[in-house]
Amino acid sequence: MILEIAVYIALAMMSLAILLNVWRLVRGPDQPDRILALDTLYINTIALLVLLGIHFDSTVYFETALVLAMMGFIGTASLCKYLLRGDIIE
Amino acid sequence: MWLELLVAFFLLVGASFALIGSVGLARLPDFFTRLHGPTKATTLGVGGMLAASLLYFTGRTDQLSLHEILVGLFLFITAPVSAHLLAKAALHLKVRSVAAVPEGFERRAGD
Repeated sequence: MILEIAVYIALAMMSLAILLNVWRLVRGPDQPDRILALDTLYINTIALLVLLGIHFDSTVYFETALVLAMMGFIGTASLCKYLLRGDIIE
Repeated sequence: MWLELLVAFFLLVGASFALIGSVGLARLPDFFTRLHGPTKATTLGVGGMLAASLLYFTGRTDQLSLHEILVGLFLFITAPVSAHLLAKAALHLKVRSVAAVPEGFERRAGD
């Protein structure tokens, strides 16, 4: 009972956090701001996936979270490399 | 019962930290202050969520659940690297900053 209420409150908080990240992604004045918003977005999505795993009582979500963590890091690193050098693989 | 309370506590702590980091990302004035908010708070937020999940599935299935440690380790290794790359990219592009100019330097036009 307590756990169910806590899961719903946490789901609402994570959704609000993701909406704030999307707002910064749309708004962000510079390119690094947008990359930072994407970076925060994927980290928050991993937290949301783990939360969904608890909510639906299933361990399938861990594989998704792991793949998302890898892909998100590669995305951030390559976007930053592009801004720094104008090219990703030189 | 106690395990459930502990899981609920870690969930709420993690979600609060993630929300605070995202509020920082949305509200702080320039890129370098915005960089400092979420990179710390969200890793702690995910850490809280993963601790809650580890406790929950360990209690549920009566065997140690180790997937979470894998995700957490990967995130804790990559978060500083991506923050460093972002700061380097912002310095390279000369993003607007609210920091004071150091003594002995002047702010040139266009900086």
